[in-house]
Amino acid sequence: MSAKLENLRGRAWVFGDNIDTDLLAPGHAMRKPLAELAQHCLEAIDPQFARSVHQGDFIVAGTGFGIGSSREQAAQALAHLGVGAVLAVAPARIFYRNAINLGLPVVRFPHADSVRPGDDLVVDLVHGCVYNLTRNTEHDCEPVPEFLRDVLQAGGLIPHLRTRLRRQ
Amino acid sequence: MSAHTLAEKILMRASGAASVRAGEIVVAKVDLAMMHDSGGPRRVAPYLQQLEAKVWDPEKVVLVSDHYVPAVDPQSAAILSLTRRWAHENGITRFHDMQGICHVVLQEYAHLRPGMLVVGGDSHSPSGGAVGAFMVGIGATEMAGVLATGEIWLRVPETVRVSWTGQLAAGVCAKDMMLALCRDLGQNNDYKAIEYCGSAVTALPMAERFVLCNMSAELGAKTGMIAPDEKTLAEIRANGGDIADSALQWRSDENAAIERVVEFDAGRLAPQVAAPHSPGNSLAVDQVGRVRIDQAYIGACTGAKLTDLQMAAQVLRGKKVAPHVRLLVAPASLRTTQLAAADGTLATLTAAGAILLPTGCGACAGYGAGVLAEGEVCISSTARNFKGRMGHATSQVYLGSPFTVAASAVTGHVTDPRALLH
Ligand code: SF4
Repeated sequence: MSAKLENLRGRAWVFGDNIDTDLLAPGHAMRKPLAELAQHCLEAIDPQFARSVHQGDFIVAGTGFGIGSSREQAAQALAHLGVGAVLAVAPARIFYRNAINLGLPVVRFPHADSVRPGDDLVVDLVHGCVYNLTRNTEHDCEPVPEFLRDVLQAGGLIPHLRTRLRRQ
Repeated sequence: MSAHTLAEKILMRASGAASVRAGEIVVAKVDLAMMHDSGGPRRVAPYLQQLEAKVWDPEKVVLVSDHYVPAVDPQSAAILSLTRRWAHENGITRFHDMQGICHVVLQEYAHLRPGMLVVGGDSHSPSGGAVGAFMVGIGATEMAGVLATGEIWLRVPETVRVSWTGQLAAGVCAKDMMLALCRDLGQNNDYKAIEYCGSAVTALPMAERFVLCNMSAELGAKTGMIAPDEKTLAEIRANGGDIADSALQWRSDENAAIERVVEFDAGRLAPQVAAPHSPGNSLAVDQVGRVRIDQAYIGACTGAKLTDLQMAAQVLRGKKVAPHVRLLVAPASLRTTQLAAADGTLATLTAAGAILLPTGCGACAGYGAGVLAEGEVCISSTARNFKGRMGHATSQVYLGSPFTVAASAVTGHVTDPRALLH
């Protein structure tokens, strides 16, 4: 699994600043099952997103990604749709924690503006590197702290805790 | 002993560390965990099952049904029924069913104390900082972890101090302070604790201090806090809480490491309105231009407490809501409704034409009654005007204080309330 965190590959979906939790998991769909809710993910700004995103694709965004509510479905919808990682200039605090706890990697990526929609990226979350194969560039991102890598590698907080509680 | 901020002191106590500094990660014991019907049992119960874990201490859990109340369809009814069953099966005695919005209920029932470390399954959890607790919002998976272990990892935040000097003018309130801050401080104060102080903050009643801490969520902050004073203790005691004067020790030390101090003059603050689709998109009400509204909404934890309804009543006394406008009022709690009924506030509002909605989150997050149709325009005393939050994706929500919402309901367009106050 650690090899995976070092070598994620996918296409980039590029969004701007302040993509809030109501855009990721709209209130009107909140009482629906996740599979259905996920179909509404980001519909207000990109109606094609949920239908067209592929397993392993990346979200590349600006500041305030995931601001707003604590609803975990914001991160869950992305994970459900197969998003491999979120690379944002500044991910919002609760979204960040929620995503890591669900096993969806999120990293601070100050150079989000170097990426264009559809770019082919390889991301190394352990050393903090984003390779843009389309543009032949390489930029730093913040590596995931070891403490949280353990959670991601276990597949999220629940499997991580299950191992811990079993050990006790 | 070196100097520490209020946030550091609470995290030191809760983690048992002799000293902590901003930036460190600590594992801390949680004093209280608050959940509601949306992010609570329906989401944490399956995780607890996977963990084969029980609630670590049912006495330390507060559960509130507020998001889906009263049920409007079989799905929300099922969520509520599950919530009630879970509370019963897990021995949660502090279960407030349909008694109000979680953040308000926490304070009305004196569940919070200065110096406590509290987690809430809701992003407006910084509200708890109004009494000098350190309260942060977390998601459902993390809540399951807290319920199973009683612990959480937290990064010790830097403290930013926001000082409001001077005195607010008539018709200007805490909501205006926060809408101005969302613009001036921006919404990316991630991982910071915001500490509010200054003469204008001290002068605020507890319900208004609550608004400052509540909307710290809109600043992107980890939490918002106000050091306790006599008013804090009096409120906790009035709500039936037992508290010693020694709780006043929960404040930042004189020489504590404050990351930065920002000062604002409350006396110069005009009523603020945030245009769609962000609370940071705010400007003085007289800069908004002529915006015709379809709906005026007074609701939410931040905008429908007794003080908020009284502000609206001050404007609406002897006036009528404009014919093309619907004014909806969803009181923040049962107690709010009772007190507003007793002091004549509700009568003033309904005489003006306000429609009374059930207590609860209502249309604030688009879950309950009062959502908007395609292209409709609403002015609301809630905390967020994200695109599509209150209804159709093309609807437009402006945020303003209860004064401003009421004034706009009377004229039918976004209006400076100072012109209508007597
Ligand atoms: S009233 Fe609105 S902001 Fe407050 S807890 Fe409910 S949904 Fe959240």
